[in-house]
Amino acid sequence: MTKSELVEQLAEKNTWLTRKDSEMIVNLVFDSISDALKRGEKVEIRGFGSFTVRERGAREARNPKSGDVVKIPAKKTPFFKTGKELRERVNTKEE
Amino acid sequence: MEGNGKSMTKAEIAELVSTKGGYSKKDANEMVEVLLEQIKKTLERGDKIKIAGFGNFEVKKKSDRRGRNPQTGEELTIQSRRVLAFKPSAVLKNAINENS
Repeated sequence: MTKSELVEQLAEKNTWLTRKDSEMIVNLVFDSISDALKRGEKVEIRGFGSFTVRERGAREARNPKSGDVVKIPAKKTPFFKTGKELRERVNTKEE
Repeated sequence: MEGNGKSMTKAEIAELVSTKGGYSKKDANEMVEVLLEQIKKTLERGDKIKIAGFGNFEVKKKSDRRGRNPQTGEELTIQSRRVLAFKPSAVLKNAINENS
């Protein structure tokens, strides 16, 4: 399911919401999470999961084609840990 | 763990939806809940969620595997299960590395 399909569903479930409203809400939710991560903050959504920023140290790697050693600088990467409720709901037995 | 130590909660996300979107707090709270539940239901069915500019959530099947109880050393079978994986988009990864 894509973001625009989520927007459509949200508008359908709430008749007082226009498609435009629904789009704004979906964007605001994901932008809030992105902005917090950009500030280095953690985002904890009960029952869903938490987003954190993890540091990955600088390392040396090799260009597989030329065999040259390349220095890869330290970088940050977003990380998601699934919350208990969602983890349990996703792990349902297959029929 | 990294970062400035602050943590954003669901209530704060709803607060931002309320102030930036011009909805009442009650409506914003409800909308955030409805949206999250929609996402959870989709993932529960085993479907993917793709949010352009943010990332994808995908349910992956893990098959049975042999493992060991690290405390007793006893061998056991780890049952197959379904787990959720998040793959951040390049846009999000780049944004996080910008202002450092």
